[in-house]
Amino acid sequence: MDFTLSSLLRRKGKNGALLAVYTLIVFLLASVLFFTHALRQEAALVLRDSPEIIVQRTLTGRYAPIPVAYGDRIRGIRGVISVRPRLWGYYYDANFLANYTLVVPGDNPPKQGTIGIGAGISRMREAFEGDTVGFTGFDGKPRSFTIGSILSDESQLVSADLILISEPDYRSLSGIPSGFATDLVLKVKNPKEFTTIAEKITRLLPDTRPIVRNEILRTYDALFNWRAGVIIVIFGVAALAFVIFAWDKATGLSAEERKEIGILKAIGWETSDILLMKFWEGLAISLTAFFVGIALAYGHVFFTSSILFVPVLKGWSTLYPEFRLVPFVDFGHLAAIFFLTVVPYTITTIIPSWRAATIDPDAVMR
Amino acid sequence: MIKAHDITKTFNAGRPNEFTALRGVSLTIDLHEVTVLKGPSGSGKTTLLGIVGCMARPTSGRIFLDEREITSLPERFLTGIRRQTFGFIFQQFNLIKGLTALENVMAPAYPTGEKYASLKKRALQTMAMFNLEHKADARIEWLSGGEAQRVAISRALINNPSVIIADEPTAHLDTRLSSEFMAIMRRLKGEGKTIILASHDPIVYDSDLADRVIEMRDGRVVSARENS
Amino acid sequence: MALRNSTLFLSGTAALFLLFIAMLGHSVYARTAALPVLDRKAELVRTLELTDLCLFTEASYTRHLAMTDLNTPFQDAPFSFEHFPTGALVSPPERLVRSHGQRN
Repeated sequence: MDFTLSSLLRRKGKNGALLAVYTLIVFLLASVLFFTHALRQEAALVLRDSPEIIVQRTLTGRYAPIPVAYGDRIRGIRGVISVRPRLWGYYYDANFLANYTLVVPGDNPPKQGTIGIGAGISRMREAFEGDTVGFTGFDGKPRSFTIGSILSDESQLVSADLILISEPDYRSLSGIPSGFATDLVLKVKNPKEFTTIAEKITRLLPDTRPIVRNEILRTYDALFNWRAGVIIVIFGVAALAFVIFAWDKATGLSAEERKEIGILKAIGWETSDILLMKFWEGLAISLTAFFVGIALAYGHVFFTSSILFVPVLKGWSTLYPEFRLVPFVDFGHLAAIFFLTVVPYTITTIIPSWRAATIDPDAVMR
Repeated sequence: MIKAHDITKTFNAGRPNEFTALRGVSLTIDLHEVTVLKGPSGSGKTTLLGIVGCMARPTSGRIFLDEREITSLPERFLTGIRRQTFGFIFQQFNLIKGLTALENVMAPAYPTGEKYASLKKRALQTMAMFNLEHKADARIEWLSGGEAQRVAISRALINNPSVIIADEPTAHLDTRLSSEFMAIMRRLKGEGKTIILASHDPIVYDSDLADRVIEMRDGRVVSARENS
Repeated sequence: MALRNSTLFLSGTAALFLLFIAMLGHSVYARTAALPVLDRKAELVRTLELTDLCLFTEASYTRHLAMTDLNTPFQDAPFSFEHFPTGALVSPPERLVRSHGQRN
């Protein structure tokens, strides 16, 4: 083993570069997996109590305010406990180029003239409790509100861009007449009936579109899956490049390495000894890369809040949540990374040496 | 005693570049003696050394090592015998670049599984015999020709073989170093080693050290002369 | 005397392995520690009847991912292409994928 390590150290530059590239690949792969997994876990836990069924209305493919009277008809469906009109919407702040989400809370709405804002808005606008902010209504007239509260910092992942507002203020700002709501939120007796009730609603009110809680959860369960898919394609390319690199390094066994194997055979090494050496060589590089890469990824995702992914996640948003993910780590993922990196690399270093190692030892004498 | 019986070696058999290096060579090498294979390049000396040293198998014929037939042994055993019985010194020394002299000397012993510490001690002792201990941590490419040669000899001796095989050991050495080499061989002979040299250098085959000179040409033994 | 390479390597690997274990330990610990926070967030979601994570605020269909439908990305014009960067980051809601995504 000492011999292996000395012979690795000899080609410091080459093996160092290999190690660095390798570590980088493990790091990126692990970062993506850590990030997406943690986010999915968090979504599942946080959204477990989101509304059971939401009924929206669409007209020619566009959302339209839903008449509150629809609620009375839905309430008639067996199994529905309650129907509540929900009022929410977006507000585009042209000064800060940011989109806010207006929400009228069902319980404890803010007093008229005051609003509650998400921590993200507070940070971006440097607006704090007691400050006054102005919004332009649907009619172009400015309206001003006092900030009554700021939503907790720790909840940014769900609340960064929220503006909690009272119903009268909401209606006056958005122009949605009374008797209409953004959508309806249902409570249902038996979760097993979600789908049946959704079907009944569609039949009863063909211009509506019910969304069941499972669908919300599934959406977030699949969150970044596809993206992870894209990343895996990118990684596929990177890994392929790496395989070519490794393959080239290994098969191309430079004349020098070939000669060395010949020398080792001539001085009494068996084929198996040489393969063992190559095995250690591959293992030393890949294991180091694996551990270093994983540790870096862990630090990156959970301590620096995925600083490298932030530009990608932000997109064009000027308002974005600042959050630190809870480190959910999936052993399956770790095992997958291990088997995708350490094992193939170790094998690619051994196999080409096999051919070289079976040459006749007297070849070096000639 | 090493006995070669009717050895033939053909390279690239059946191909256009077929080439027969040895044609029915038979010889006996006595232990504790110095045997010199003499002859021009291409006479089959190297091939014969390789076969005697268990590095290659003859196309036909048999090799006996202490009455034991070794040509038909599987590779594992052959490697084992090679490691324990023979120490090789190659024409170009064939030291591994980038490693230190010490690591080179230790290389043949790694597969034996000997403890690192005792192995290192032994390697340093062997190197000390050739005044190389201060060069132990030097890299091979920084050694002078003479030092490299002595490292190569140390490496050949690390497994304490009974037979030393050297192929054209003086080909890349000047006269002074060649004489030095012969002096070392003399010392090893004095320690009871069997030495087989292949050379077309008069310093080697005309040396009084050679107990026996076997002359080869075109893959055949032309003459054998005993110096005694 | 200089340390043997293998000693260095083995201790290095052992250290990395310990770091790895520490990482797993930290993950378990931090997860437990975060439970109350997660509960508070879930409570907020329940009282405000929220449906989505606030990951992206640039487009309605990525802000409220679970609420989108097939028409949302085309709200601007019938032939408009997807033009928000984050639209490339997330997949559409599962129900849309199921009902529309697999027809080729």
